Amino acid sequence: MFDKLDQIFVTALHWLTGFLPAALQPVVSTLICIAFVMSVFPGVFALTTVLERKILGRIQNRYGPNRVGIPFTKIRLCGFGQFIPDGIKSLTKEDIVPRAADKVVHFLAPVVMLIPVLLSYSVLPFGKNMTITDYDAGLLFFFAVGGAVEVSVFMAGWSSRNKYSLLGAMRAIAQMVSYEIPLILSAVTVVMVVGSLNLSQIVAHQNQYTYGIAHWHVFTPWGLVGFVLFFIASLAESNRTPFDLPEAESEIIAGYFTEYSGFKFALFFLGEYLGMFAIIGLGITLFLGGWTSPVSFLTWIPSYVWFLSKLMTIVFVFIWIRGTLPRLRMDQLMNFAWKFMLPLALINILVAGIWHYMAADWQRWLVCSAIIFGAYAILGRGLMQNQNFGKRIYRYAE
Amino acid sequence: MSPFFVITGIVTLLGAAFAMSLRNLVHCALAMAVAFSGIAALYLQLDAQFVGFAEILVYVGAIAILIVFAILLTRSGEAPEKSVLTSGWMAGIAVSAMVFTILGWAVLNSSAIPKETPPAPVATVKNVGDALMTKFVLPLEIIGLVLTAAMIGAVIIALKEETNNENPGRKS
Repeated sequence: MFDKLDQIFVTALHWLTGFLPAALQPVVSTLICIAFVMSVFPGVFALTTVLERKILGRIQNRYGPNRVGIPFTKIRLCGFGQFIPDGIKSLTKEDIVPRAADKVVHFLAPVVMLIPVLLSYSVLPFGKNMTITDYDAGLLFFFAVGGAVEVSVFMAGWSSRNKYSLLGAMRAIAQMVSYEIPLILSAVTVVMVVGSLNLSQIVAHQNQYTYGIAHWHVFTPWGLVGFVLFFIASLAESNRTPFDLPEAESEIIAGYFTEYSGFKFALFFLGEYLGMFAIIGLGITLFLGGWTSPVSFLTWIPSYVWFLSKLMTIVFVFIWIRGTLPRLRMDQLMNFAWKFMLPLALINILVAGIWHYMAADWQRWLVCSAIIFGAYAILGRGLMQNQNFGKRIYRYAE
Repeated sequence: MSPFFVITGIVTLLGAAFAMSLRNLVHCALAMAVAFSGIAALYLQLDAQFVGFAEILVYVGAIAILIVFAILLTRSGEAPEKSVLTSGWMAGIAVSAMVFTILGWAVLNSSAIPKETPPAPVATVKNVGDALMTKFVLPLEIIGLVLTAAMIGAVIIALKEETNNENPGRKS
């Protein structure tokens, strides 16, 4: 019964394509998978925009949107209908292109942003047997298509002919290039231990239980450090607070999409959130067991429910961080990436190697944890050195 | 020839042609990114997943961005007024056609290349990794050393020259 519920989408896909001639089946099943990604994740995006405004409102002691419900009725849904007027508004707004802008590149930039982001969903395992293309090197594919996002950011910033756009694009690219290195290096540990770049196999490796608790990678010393590094780097990759320098509204208006309006702005907004969901989905797959359940007595809950609830939990943490932390400065951002995260990620690779070759008992927990704590302490001290974290003295204001 | 091969081939060649002939250097760099993606697609059609993904990761994600940054940091974005082609472009085409003919003739008649096409090898990512860690481990290490040396050199060039007034903006 629960197995059937778990596999309901897979069964439905097979049943639907079963009516067609064999030559058409691959094409139609691909189209259905594309329709699935194109409907589910923009839907999650629409809900997240409302959720973000409501949670930020709560954090800042105000209400947030609470009026709009189902149109033409009196049902309010606590304001969760807000995304419908938002969408209609962005669709009907005038599309303004600056006269000096490079028209073709300006038009192409949002498209170039959205396509690689949507492509990256094709390798994520959303549930049991629910990977759209099961590439042998799925992880590599994910990072490869992510590289194209930088090109689109540059295109948007450069083609607008606006100094704020260009500044935002430069900041965004510098940040993405810097944080991509700890991101990939923290994912490498998982590849080392599992011995495969295939995301389904990475999930299968975590789908085992000892004493009723799953073998998620985050429950090991190297996995915990890897997850924290991956989490911080994914915050930076998706330009979220405290790493939102590319769009710092108090300094450079909106960064690389300052000169975008109407539907193109909506596409950028969509691309940014979908990129965030994709990278969170990858983090879940690598460290949090993908679609598996944390304890063995809850395995009857369908796998896609687990995936989506983990996704929404981490999205909530992202919003929480946005409401809590102030923005970093550019030099702090770079120092943190190159002097703290990169060395810690390299040491973590060493620890993962030791973990893999030591016998599975308490000694390897001790050795691995000791190395990580030592490295963390030394690197933290190194980062704090020559930084005077006392009370700030204003030279010109007093 | 499959239609996919024809489409990706045309896209790659058009990207390469635009990369040579467009006036604005940034447009040229973007056209080159298109050509790189086309080459990656060609690799993927040949079932060379690792090479295809690495091509996108390295060439589109890093090298195209590097080129674009270099253009932005060294000159303004204005397009030059004069034509991109020099006056002797006819002679250039003739010379390159001759070089291509001679090289092609030499390669086709060389005894170093087997005449029959060997069966397509199975090159999974695991095979590539195994080969890099066993047979080609020495070249890999040497490349790593050379790249590290280059990076240290770049850092030394970029280092600030020693001055006496330290960090005037902040006082302890």
